[in-house]
Formats: sequence, C-alpha cells, structure tokens
Amino acid sequence: MTAAGPRPGRIRRHQWLASAGAAVRTPRGATGLALAGFVVAVAVIGPLVTPQSPEALLTFPFAKPSGRFLLGADFLGRDVLSRVLDGGWLLLLMAVSATVLGIAAGAAAGISAAYLRGRRDGLIMRTVDVILAFPQLVFALLLLSILGPKLWLIVLAVGLTHAPAVARVLRAATLDVCERDFVKVAELQGMRPAAVMTKEILPSLSTPLMVEAGLRLTYSIIIMAGLAFLGFGQPPPSPSWGTMINENRAGLALNPWAVIIPALLIALLTVGTNLLTDAVGRAALGVDRKPEEAALVDELGPARSGVR
Amino acid sequence: MSGVEGKRAGEGARYRLEVCDLEIRSGRDGPPVVSEISFAVRPGEVLGLVGESGSGKTTVALALLGHTRRGLSVSAGEIRLDGVDLLRLSQAGLRQVRGARVSYVPQDPSAALNPALRIGYQLREALRVHDRDVEENRALEVLGEVRLEATPDMLRRYPHQLSGGQQQRVALAMAFSCRPSLIVLDEPTTGLDVSTQRHILDTVRRLCRVYGVAAVYVSHDLAVVSELASEVAVMYAGRIVEAGPAAMLFGHPLHPYTQGLLASVPVPEGGQLLAGIPGQQPPPGHRGPGCSFAPRCGIALDECRGRVPESAPMAGRTVRCLRAAEAGAARTQPRQAAAAAGPPSGAPVLSVRGVSARYGPVPVLSGIGLEVPPQSCVAVVGESGSGKTTLARCVVGLHRDWTGEMTFQGARLAHGARQRPVPVLQQIQCVFQNPYTSLNPRKTVGQIVAEPLQRLLRVPRGEQTDRVISVLEDVALGGRYLSRYPDQLSGGERQRVAIARALVAEPRLLVCDEVTSALDVSVQAVVVELLRAATARRHLAMLFITHNLALVRNVAQFAVVLQRGEIVEAGPAEQVLADPGSSYTAQLMADVPRLRSAGPPAVTPGRPHQGGG
Amino acid sequence: MLAGRIGNVADARAAHPVRHLLGRRAAAGLFTLCVVSVLVFAATEVLPGNAANAVLGRTAASSPAALHRLEAALHLNRGLLDQYWLWLSGLLTGHLGHSLVNGQPVWGYVAPRLINSAVLMAVTGLIGTVAGVALGALAALRRDGWFDHVCAVSALTLTALPEFVVAIGLVILFSTVVTHLLPAVSLLPPGSYAWSAPQLLILPVATLVIVIVPYIQRMTRAAMIEALESDYVEMARLKGVPMWRVVLVHALPNATAPVIQVIGLNFLYLAGGVVIVEYVFAFPGIGQGLVYAVENRDIPVIQFIVVLLAAFYVFMNIVTDVIALLVTPRHRIPR
Repeated sequence: MTAAGPRPGRIRRHQWLASAGAAVRTPRGATGLALAGFVVAVAVIGPLVTPQSPEALLTFPFAKPSGRFLLGADFLGRDVLSRVLDGGWLLLLMAVSATVLGIAAGAAAGISAAYLRGRRDGLIMRTVDVILAFPQLVFALLLLSILGPKLWLIVLAVGLTHAPAVARVLRAATLDVCERDFVKVAELQGMRPAAVMTKEILPSLSTPLMVEAGLRLTYSIIIMAGLAFLGFGQPPPSPSWGTMINENRAGLALNPWAVIIPALLIALLTVGTNLLTDAVGRAALGVDRKPEEAALVDELGPARSGVR
Repeated sequence: MSGVEGKRAGEGARYRLEVCDLEIRSGRDGPPVVSEISFAVRPGEVLGLVGESGSGKTTVALALLGHTRRGLSVSAGEIRLDGVDLLRLSQAGLRQVRGARVSYVPQDPSAALNPALRIGYQLREALRVHDRDVEENRALEVLGEVRLEATPDMLRRYPHQLSGGQQQRVALAMAFSCRPSLIVLDEPTTGLDVSTQRHILDTVRRLCRVYGVAAVYVSHDLAVVSELASEVAVMYAGRIVEAGPAAMLFGHPLHPYTQGLLASVPVPEGGQLLAGIPGQQPPPGHRGPGCSFAPRCGIALDECRGRVPESAPMAGRTVRCLRAAEAGAARTQPRQAAAAAGPPSGAPVLSVRGVSARYGPVPVLSGIGLEVPPQSCVAVVGESGSGKTTLARCVVGLHRDWTGEMTFQGARLAHGARQRPVPVLQQIQCVFQNPYTSLNPRKTVGQIVAEPLQRLLRVPRGEQTDRVISVLEDVALGGRYLSRYPDQLSGGERQRVAIARALVAEPRLLVCDEVTSALDVSVQAVVVELLRAATARRHLAMLFITHNLALVRNVAQFAVVLQRGEIVEAGPAEQVLADPGSSYTAQLMADVPRLRSAGPPAVTPGRPHQGGG
Repeated sequence: MLAGRIGNVADARAAHPVRHLLGRRAAAGLFTLCVVSVLVFAATEVLPGNAANAVLGRTAASSPAALHRLEAALHLNRGLLDQYWLWLSGLLTGHLGHSLVNGQPVWGYVAPRLINSAVLMAVTGLIGTVAGVALGALAALRRDGWFDHVCAVSALTLTALPEFVVAIGLVILFSTVVTHLLPAVSLLPPGSYAWSAPQLLILPVATLVIVIVPYIQRMTRAAMIEALESDYVEMARLKGVPMWRVVLVHALPNATAPVIQVIGLNFLYLAGGVVIVEYVFAFPGIGQGLVYAVENRDIPVIQFIVVLLAAFYVFMNIVTDVIALLVTPRHRIPR
C-alpha cells in the first residue's frame, strides 16, 4: 500500500520535462504549440524558400496581389511574400537571446538575494527597484538613443529590463524553498552556499523558471517587434515584420496584406507562446488536478494543521 | 444507542440528527470518498466522530450542514435534522437552517474568521441573517457565554487582534448564538495548546449541557473525544468501522482498527510500548473491493479482501468486521511496559550552560542549562512559544544568535553550523518536524540517505549503497525504497527516511524536533518505537523536543519543561510527570486529555484556570 | 512558533503602520529617483563621449563653432559633477533648458503633451479598471462556466498581443479597410487639448483598454477566487449568510488589496504603453514626444521625460501600497 498510485503534486527530478509533456497534451498547450510552431517554421524555413529577392524593387508601390506577387508589393514595390518569409528569423533569434539573458541574470540575482539575505539582498533588490522605474520600452529607447540602433544593444537592453521582474519572482519562490527543512539539512551537512543554491534550491524552482521563461519570451517578442515598428530595429533594407507594419501603414487601403500578414504572424507567435506558457504553468502547478485528488487534498486537513 | 438503529422508522422523533447511508463521491461519478455512513444523535448528546487524516470525517461533518467542498457531491443517503432531510432542501431552505438550527465550529478559527470584518460585525451578522435579536446586548451576552471579556471594545476588534484560543471562543459564540439544535465541531482544538484546549472543551461541554444541544465532535484525538463524547463512531477509509457508547468502545474495542488506534495512543503516566499500525490508509479511488483495513490487519482472511463487511450489531455496538469476535477475544493481553534503559553513566554527551538566545530584538531563551548523558534521551517539553525549537536549532547550529556555552563531548560548540568542523556536523544529527519539507522532492530516497555518507563520512561510492540499504532496513523500509521519490511515500515513511538519513551518519547525538507532530497517531506510535529501538541499538544520546507530554515517558529518561524561554522543571521523566515540582507542570499534566473508558466526566463549573486561553 | 512574538515587536516599533510604511517607502523612492537621475544623466551625457557630437552627428566635424556653442549650452565644458549638479538643480527648479531640435523650452514642449497623455491614461485607466474588475468578479462567480472559459481564453489571447498589432487591427477595422467610422490618426491642432476632440481619443483608448483589461480581469478573478475559496467564506455560507452578502461583504473586501495592486501596476504599464499607441495614432503625448526626441537625439527632452516616468513609477508604487495597506485591517491595525 506504500505507493498507492498517483498523488497530488507529483514531483520528480526532471519535473520540467514532465510538466512540458503534460502541458502540450492539454487543448490550450497543443493550440499554443501549433501556433508558435507554425510561425517558427515560417521564420526558419522562410528565408530558404523566398520566391523573389526580398530587397529588390520589382514592381510599383503597393501593387495588389497577383500571380507573381502573391501578397502584392510594399511601399517601395518589393515582394511582400518574400519579405515576410525572410523577416522573422532575426526577430526570433533576438527575442530568444534576450530571454535567455534576462532569465539567467534575473534568476542569479533573485536566488542569491533570497538565500544570502542581509546586505546583499538589500543591494540586489534596490538595483531591481531602480531598473523597474524605467518602463521596459523606454529603457530600451534610452539606450538606443545614446548608443545608436545596434542589434546587440537591443538584445542587451531587453534582456536587462527582464531581469528585475524575473529576480522578484524567483526571490519570492526561493524564500519559499529556503523555508523548507531540506535546505537546512544540506547546510548541516556542510554544503557551501553556492552548492546549496545550485544543487538543492535550483531544481525546486523549475516551475517558476519555466513560466517566467515563457512570459519573458512573449514580452521579448512584443518589445522587439515594437522597437522595429518604431524604427529601431534592423536597418533597412533587410525585412522585419515589425518594420513592415509601420512602413506599409500608409498603403493600407491599397494593399492591406503588406500590413496584415506580418501583424498576424507576430500575433500568432505571441498568442502561441502565451498559451503554451499558461498550459505549462497549469500542468506544473497541478491546476488541472483530477477531482479525486482534490478530494484527497481536502481530507489532508489534520496533517496540514499539525505542521503549522 | 447510536449507529444503524437510527434508521428504524418511528424512532426518528427521539433523535435530533439521523444520518442514513450517506455516500459522497468526488465528481458526479468518481470514486466514493465516504460511503454507508449512518448514525444518530439525541438532544444534549455528544457524538464523537473519530478518524485519522484521509478517513473522510471532515467531509461527513460538512455534509451535516448540507455542504460539500468543491469537486465533491452527495450521491446517496439522507441527513435528517429534527426529521427534515437537509439534502432535499432548496438553497434558500438550507440557508435558513444553517447557522440557525445547525451550526459549525471550524478547525482553524484564524482562517475561518473574516480578517476584514470586526468581531462584533461577524457575531451580529450570525444573528441578523436569521432575523434574531440584533441588539448590542445580545452580542455581548454571547461573548459572556464563552467566557470572553464582554466589552464593546472586544466587539470592535479584528480577528488578528485575538489569540488562537480567543478566536476559537468567538467561533463557538457564533455557533451557539442562534441556539441551534445541532452543532458540528470539526477538530476545534487542533493546533491549540493543552491548557487552551482544556478551556475550549469545558466550554463546549457546558454549553451543550445547558442548552440541550446535540453535538457532533470530529477529531483525530481519541483522548479528547473520550473526554467529551458519550457515543463514538470510528471512521476508516470513508466508512464507519465501529460505533457505540464511548465507554464500551474505549473499554473493549472490537474492530482491529479501533484496537490498533487505542494501542497507539500514548498515556502521560505510563511508559508502555506503543503498538502502532503498520501501513497507511488508502486514499479514495484506491480502496479495493474488500475491507479497506485488511492490508494492515493482522487477522484478516481472504474473505475480508473480497467484499466490504456489513455493519452488524455486536456487544452493544455496531462493528464492520468479519473477525470482530476473534479480535475481541484476542485483545486481552495488557500493554507491555517499555524497557527501561540502564542507568546512564559517563560524562555527558552534550552540556548546555547558561544559554540565552534571541530572534532579532526578541529574547527567546534565557539561562538554559541541561545535560544529555550518554545513551539516554532527554525530552524538552513546552507549549508553543516556549522556545523549545529554538533550543534545538541552537544545538544543531542553525540558530547563531545565542550566548552562553555548549560543549559536545567535552569540546566547545561553535555557534553556527558553518563554523563547526565536519566531525562535529557528523556527530550531531537532526530530524525535523515536517517530513513533507525535510526531504528534497527532486532526489530519490537512495540519494537522500547517501548524502551524509558522501559529505560527512567520505565513504567511497561503491560502499554507499550497502550501508544505505542496511540503515533503511533499520527503519523498516528496506532496499526497495532506494529509487522512490519522497512524493511516493506517506508521511510516516518520509519521517522514517529522515531518521535513516540521520542514523547513517553514525552520530553520537540525535536531535529530534517535534518529529511526530505532523503524523497520525497510529503512525506516530510506529515512528516513536522505531526511534527508541534504533537509538538503543546504536547507543545514541537523544534530545527529543515535543509539545506532547504524553509521549515523554515513552521515549525519554529525563524531562526538561520549558516555559517562555526558561526551564521551570528538570529531572527524571518519571518524577517530573508523576510528581511535578512546579505548578506549571502540574497544570500542564492536569490539562492533558486522557483516554477514559468510563465515559465523559461531569461538568465542573467554575473550574479555576490561569490565563484567558 | 515565534512569528507571533516577532510580529508584536515589529508592530511596537511601528506604532502607526501607515506612517511607518509611508516614511520607509518615501525614503526608498527618493533613493531610487536619485540613482535614476544619476543613471539618466550619466547615460545621456557621459557614455557616448559627447552629447553634442551625438546631436550634431555628421555636421559636427564641419562646423566647430556650432559644436562649441552646443557644448556651452549643455555645460559640456564643465566638470562632470558640476554638470550633474547644474542639470539636477535645473530639473528641480523647472529650468529644464531648451530642446536641441526646435529650440523650444523643454517644459513648454513637454507640458501640453503631458496633459494629453494624462487624459489618455486617466480615461483608459478608468474604463479598463471598471471593465476589468467587473469581468473578473463575474468570471470568479461563474467559475468554470462558459463565461469564465471565454474570458480566460480571450484574456490569454489579448494579453499576448502587442499594442501596435491591436492598434493596427482597430485601424483596419474602423478607419481604413473594413469601415471608415473613425479617424485613423489623432492629430490635434497645436494649442488644443485631447478633450476638445473626444472622437480622436476613441481608438487610442480602445487599444489600451483592450491591452490592460485582460490583465486586470485575470488578477481580479484570481483574487476573488482566493477569497471565495477561503475558510471564512465557507464559514459565512455555513452561517446561512445569503450568497450576495457573502460576495459583497465577505469576499470582496479581502480581494480589494490585491486588485488595487494590479490596478497600480496597470497604470505603471500604461506609462510605457502610451509610447507605441501615441506613435501609431500620432497622438501628441509624451510617448510620441519621446519617440521623436529619440529619433532626433534631443537629449534634454529625453532626460526630462525619462525622469518624469520614473518619478511617476515611484509615486504610483507608494500610492498603491498605502491604499492596499489602508484596506487591510490586519496590516493597518497593530495587534
């Protein structure tokens, strides 16, 4: 009777894999994966299959869709389809890099602030407060205005502005984990602080890390595309979805596809990553718990209060 | 008489509450959480509904108010209050009954009182929604009934401004305010100190007598129930396994589960061996076709595993067991006395001299001095806030802010664990209170138990597994647990893994901080016996921190009583408990609930108490 | 075990929790603003070498006289600390200098934009809060029903949409491709304010409302569900309190504090969110002003707007914390 089947809060060493697997089996997760997967496929395979040169002036501005130009032409008479196919990969690459940067910096700051406490905690959290005082987009604009529109700078700026929010979330989560006695046991076994953080605490943070990574990826895409839309992205003439929306706005009445398609791709991508993140969060936290398990949790009353 | 007899037609009028064949499932057609629940309660009578966690007792308690928690639904049965079936009432009808004719006292008043509303508002609301007298005086009167300070100032307070005991009194006042026919109390004293618990129990008993209210008292604590209830129903895995008059059930239990439960309850005065029940209660959906207790039962037959036994009358109560007759006959041997340890000799393993500790600006311990002789156990007893856990944390090096001196095997102990050399870390091991947080959920049992070997003893990897298996066998788990993860284990099993982790380091001193307080009583007994056997075999000294006076004699040769950070009494356990030298210890001993097989005691009005609870 | 006693002492130290919090937060906020001002100053004046070079760009080399004049105007010929002090005291006394692009005083350039943006944010905040809280509370009460599911899925979808995609979508629907009901741009005649032409506000407000409502809705729902699932709500229902009373009297007051925090957060979000929306609709607010200033490297304007936004962040944080404290008796009143 010792292993009486599944229990609530099934947790394993590679919990994140299990959660991700469970997430994509939910309708929400599957939809999210399909949407994001489609856009990623377009962005990755697209550059290899462009029917025309994405940068060549081939016809008159805002030409309507035709047999040769399936999505018509943009404000300079370039092929919209080719530009759409070629205009996503850099956005994706930059968004992923900024997310990795932001999560790594934020997690390191948040976990060490919570575990080390004291003065280091204060210092880290004050820094976080200062960075948070700038709206993300404004911070990026500020840096770009000074150093010029460089792509690495955009990645750095967006990644850096993610870090404080990530740090706050992970600090709270770490404080929670630090309360648990297994962390104290590790200390009593003579483990060094760095080892306690990486070997004991970090594995228990996979859920907040996954959810944060998903959220930050969505926000990275939104901000990167937004910056491109404002004219602070890749320099012309190379195509980018955000830039395309802005530069072809004037011709909405003539060839709306030059705006609609890039906008739609960005929307599908962000909606997809957001749905997937939500599904992962739910799967990991056991929100979609089975009713019999919910009943069991209700019945754990005395055990819970005994601990209090 | 209670039990199935409540079902008989014609007799209904005599009962306040009759429950017939109640079944509650999870979801619409999920597995049953409780089934075939039948009992009845007369006016002025207290029925004790006893069960360990997971037995379904809270689900039944809430159903008595026509309420089921999210995800549960009543699938069969009747709950008749004064002849009216609550389960057939409309929402509006139910609302009129709740609070007015049947009321509820929750387990955790700090969560059940609304933090945003004043006490007075919540009391008056209870009256107002049932169109009762809402005058100021009435609210004050109600406060007086539960022996709370009946002042307008009290009514203006918010719940967080009251102590736990006061909060529970407010909840009691609210429950009695509309003079209900039935009151359902769901573990109302769990988490309270014994003296506060004693006050609450006295209040409940007095109010039930005075107003002729029928009560259902739900609890996992047999001793508490035996003090209050005249009738008892024992629940196991969603069914009532034995029900009848309290005196009979506690004096001569027939169901093997009731017997096991009673043998698990520690007695403050006695040092008998605790029997415990091996195994664990199956959760809903995993209960199998037969008697749910069969897997843990020593006398179960194949027949027991095939079908659920019917509830049958026998010797003045009802029992749901095919082997009740044999079980009743078998249970005649008296409890075995716990083997007393030999007189300890030699220099103390740990000695604490003049230790004071503080949390920030708050002093928690002052001038603590005690010694732990080799191969013996010292119990540190105290209520919440006494500083007993802080003492344990100072000894193991988790709390650094202390002054005074501690020596371990003759050498001074550094304040923090980080300043202590590895041999000291290895020789003082600690088992924590909560087995749900003391094991890393991402590691297997094998990895968890091997860690001290790796880090403290530097045992080569090749030799680790054998030693892990051997220590797991010592705690009655064995090698098949090596690759399990903590979430696959029950609370008792987890605590045994934690003990194994401490033992594998080959310590000289084991510090146990409330190691059984998160466990059910039948599991507690198993863990305590195991701990005693393991420490005796390894000649370990032990510092046993507990709030449970009843456990002291079972584990310790010496006892130290803490009150507000100071030692009020210390000495041989037998002497401290049997013949306390301080009034504080005497009061504690008097307040500890005891198993009574002679029925509940008479009300003692105006019993003197210190403090307000 | 010790929480109670420690709590007591902490409370004793803070006899007036509100004043205590206010003092602590104001101090922390002031500190944050100081650091922000140093950062903004350092970033705009020091990092790239020389702001004047940055401003004049290619023309700098060709006209040393212009460069000198600009350096003098920006006090670039002084020491760093002096420069910072001059700039900070100017900031505090309202002497913000002149725009490098059109020579207008910065305050005169920013003030009308500030008012326009404030109107946009206030209208959006009001509509968004009311709609978000109402939808969230309703979804919590109809938990797991069809309304809740529709809300959940649309909230997940809408929160993920970038503002400019929503804006463009609205423009396509209402001003160009599908219908021509509303103006596609919100150009205001110079000297007039946003309220003089309310129809110009509709699309910008609609865009921002669409973006913030799902967030407020989700958080309100979560806060309400937490309150509704609590022991005290179960207790109230077991006391026979009617459902409407349970919701209004027992659940709602306990859900207020988290909802206020979320509303505060959304105003903070709006401070950044207006940038893109104002740009899309050519709405003359500080967001658009910032984008133009960045495009033209108009340093004094950038500095002022960024510091302004940071000050707004600090101020809003203090306000929401104090309000949240005031509606929570447990925190407001010592034990």
